[in-house]
Amino acid sequence: MRKYSALLMLVAFSAMAQTPVDDFFYQSGKIYVVVAIMVIIFSILAVYLVRLDKKITKLEKERNEA
Amino acid sequence: MLASRKMRKSWWKILAVVCIIYAIVGGLLMPAPDDIGILAKTIRNLHFHVPMWFTMITLLVVSYIYGIKFLSSGNPMHDTMSSSFVKVAMLFGLMGLATGSFWARFTWGTWWIEDAKLNGAAIGMLIYTAYYILRNSIDDEVKRGKFSSVYNLFAFPIYIVLIIVIPRMAETSLHPASGDTVGFSTLDLDNNLRKVFYLATVGWILLGVWIATLKYRLTEIKRIDEEI
Repeated sequence: MRKYSALLMLVAFSAMAQTPVDDFFYQSGKIYVVVAIMVIIFSILAVYLVRLDKKITKLEKERNEA
Repeated sequence: MLASRKMRKSWWKILAVVCIIYAIVGGLLMPAPDDIGILAKTIRNLHFHVPMWFTMITLLVVSYIYGIKFLSSGNPMHDTMSSSFVKVAMLFGLMGLATGSFWARFTWGTWWIEDAKLNGAAIGMLIYTAYYILRNSIDDEVKRGKFSSVYNLFAFPIYIVLIIVIPRMAETSLHPASGDTVGFSTLDLDNNLRKVFYLATVGWILLGVWIATLKYRLTEIKRIDEEI
């Protein structure tokens, strides 16, 4: 957690756009890792919602036929 | 019919997912004004923190409308709509507060400040928490619905005043579009940000509505099951 905060503060408190950390993230392509992680997290949430939606639709259909 | 046909449609849900993935990918990778003072690259949080609030407001508008509908119709489905949308709105409000607080901590060094908009948002959350508590305290369904709808009738306008009207009237503020700061008018929002921000907002609002409709449908199923 401390490493993460230090890293974040390094990025955030800088008045310059390109800090050494930014360069590390962008030029080394590591930013893509961050993007990929966020997309993965969100996709899992989206899949959960889709499944929940389908379950509820099924329940509704059962109730409507009964 | 338990849920309206519109709720079972997929197109707007797919649109929500696509828009949000676009917000993540585009928000992080596309060019943006990364050099505005202390904000630096955190400006990109715009596409996530702000839509939380737009979504909350949208959901509360729907809840308000259905609260009024319930008062005139007495149809329990309307009350379920009203309460379900409030509950999910609170979820987004919580996320809005959390993301805002986190953003502030690492950009400006503090989790919270004494600011009109922030205080308004916090009080707003308390107001709707009271709505929750009110609902839970009443057993009779009809009474519960009526009391909640009347509460909503007062709560929503007050909420809008707290988070939009009063902040704009405040003399100074650290938050965009309040007091003496500039906001989202055409002059202020960078074009690069707009390319992501508008779609991000649409995506998050649609997602919020999706989650709220799921809550509504589940609650209705439970309610009708109990009736039988």
